[in-house]
Amino acid sequence: MDAHAQAHDDHDSPEAIRRQTRLYILVFAALMALTVITVAVSYLHLSPHLAVLVALLIAGIKGSMVAAYFMHLISEKKAIYAILILTVAFFVVLMAIPTLSHWDQRFMP
Amino acid sequence: MQIPYTVETRPDTGLYNAKLGIWLFLASEVMLFGSLFSSYILLRTGAPVWPHGRDMGLNVPLATLNTLILIGSSVTMVMSWASLKLKDFAKFRLYMGLTILCALGFMVIKAIEYSAKFHHHLYPSKNTFLAVYFTLTGLHGLHVLGGMIVNGYLWGPGAKLWKRDPERFTNRIEVAGLYWHFVDLVWIFLFPTLYLL
Repeated sequence: MDAHAQAHDDHDSPEAIRRQTRLYILVFAALMALTVITVAVSYLHLSPHLAVLVALLIAGIKGSMVAAYFMHLISEKKAIYAILILTVAFFVVLMAIPTLSHWDQRFMP
Repeated sequence: MQIPYTVETRPDTGLYNAKLGIWLFLASEVMLFGSLFSSYILLRTGAPVWPHGRDMGLNVPLATLNTLILIGSSVTMVMSWASLKLKDFAKFRLYMGLTILCALGFMVIKAIEYSAKFHHHLYPSKNTFLAVYFTLTGLHGLHVLGGMIVNGYLWGPGAKLWKRDPERFTNRIEVAGLYWHFVDLVWIFLFPTLYLL
């Protein structure tokens, strides 16, 4: 058996799956806690910029945990990473469109 | 004709075909929701004033409960897949059933929220905030509904495949799970941006 097949088998062994399920419970607890924190922070009446920053930071951490552990992106095949790199690049362009509009309005004579 | 690479991995991608397919679909979904988020940012930053979700009558405690329910459903979904990996079909049925129930709970709460808005004559046509709110949550709700239909099929009649080809059925659950986690992920961003900011 080659090294890659061996690694795949280790990853799918009952012991590995049981280890993963324990991890899922920990991630679940962390996601619950972060949800409560993000709601609590929203009642602190932070400045708008800081409030957006904190809310998106917490959402980013939560989203990354879901993607990394539940969607198994922490250990995936190269083909999926390739698709996602392309997706992220286009997503960044999409998010930049409002910024371009903002600068356009600011510097219009 | 037999569908190729439903279980065995394709040599060039290292994946079974459905997994590559669902990720390509999710990439297109990122662009769909991304374009709506981008429009939301443009409308919000371009508006002279923008109301806070709470001031528009959005129910933060109910939406928080819904967030916790959807996160819970993501965990039960991944546990249903792990149960199949451990060859425990009864546990799969339990976890998948819980996932569907959580999804149903999410939709019931969403319906309560929507009906409260309509009761107060708060429709998408009322203002830009509500138009954005209904568009984003409505599209997300349709995705939840779609996931419920697929998961319901896999819990019920679709589960017969487990007896014929367990590995293929496990892969179907993994693919359905990837979609379901994506729906959860979208809500993780919708919740703070619509309700809390």
